Amino acid sequence: MHRTKVKVVEDALDANHTIANANRADFDRAGVTVVNFMSAPGAGKTTLLERTLTGLEGVRAGVLEGDVQGSMDADRLAALHVPVTQINTDPSFGGECHLDANMVRSALPEIVLDDLDLLVIENVGNLVCPAEFKVGEDARVMVTSITEGEDKPLKYPLMFRTCELVLVNKIDLLPHLEYDLDRLLTNLDAVHPGVPRMLVSARTGEGIEPWREWLVAKASRAGVPA
Amino acid sequence: MHELSLSGAVIDTAVKHAGGRPVKVVSLRVGRLRQVVPDTLEFYFGFTARGTVCEGARLEQEMLAARLGCDACQREWEIDLPVFRCPDCGGPARVIAGNEFEVESIEVESDAESVKPEEAQCTAPR
Repeated sequence: MHRTKVKVVEDALDANHTIANANRADFDRAGVTVVNFMSAPGAGKTTLLERTLTGLEGVRAGVLEGDVQGSMDADRLAALHVPVTQINTDPSFGGECHLDANMVRSALPEIVLDDLDLLVIENVGNLVCPAEFKVGEDARVMVTSITEGEDKPLKYPLMFRTCELVLVNKIDLLPHLEYDLDRLLTNLDAVHPGVPRMLVSARTGEGIEPWREWLVAKASRAGVPA
Repeated sequence: MHELSLSGAVIDTAVKHAGGRPVKVVSLRVGRLRQVVPDTLEFYFGFTARGTVCEGARLEQEMLAARLGCDACQREWEIDLPVFRCPDCGGPARVIAGNEFEVESIEVESDAESVKPEEAQCTAPR
């Protein structure tokens, strides 16, 4: 027996990227725009989707709901007659803290893509791992809420750099908190120069309209040759 | 915390290239922007490798600096803090290095006869 060095030079996440590309091809064939929706736990992703996805002008929207456990979020959206599919990252305790391309692929048979123009994949609440794993999305949107602190972009640059739109949620709480919104926006711009951001409140509905318009614009481009 | 997921990806990649042979060393190149904690990755690697051909393998990690460039100023610099604007002109910076997360090579145990030609080439010093 002896040792042999085998040259590899391969991104360790290549296997995930390959499956993500297959997902993307399926989405493209069906003309579905896919948004990977990410945030820390409790930032308000589900409440934002409740506010957003009903009655989107000319856009048939569905949700793929990723959670470690349970279907509480999916039930909330299903109550609004939004087609929703649940993925639990582990059926027992100790599931994965993010969705990867293969988990999304395994859920595809349950989603009728031809009935959708837009699929929002609500990722597991986490500011670290979801940023590493492409799932076949067209766009990544993240939510940061003002109860989380102004320093989050500096602490989780990978997540804040990987998205093309940032929603700053819970702005209705600004009068009640000692939150420095300018500092957040400065930190955000340092980590991801020029990234578009929208100030919203899922609770009051403030700022929701531009976000809905952004989604409609994204969805209407699907299936149109570039 | 993402080191657990990443260790699985590293092992899958190594297993794919090992061709069933026991793996002794996995060499990884990790850019600073990936926010990987080397000790944590090593811990999870040992754990995740159990029951695979990578069981007992050593994980070598080469950490690569985060290097940015500014197209307007033609300058390059390294960063410790995640600020992606040029210190001179304030323009957006381009990432030159620091996003790597790749398996560079593996060392496998094998019979001399079973070594395939393309692998034998790889044993040559670079």
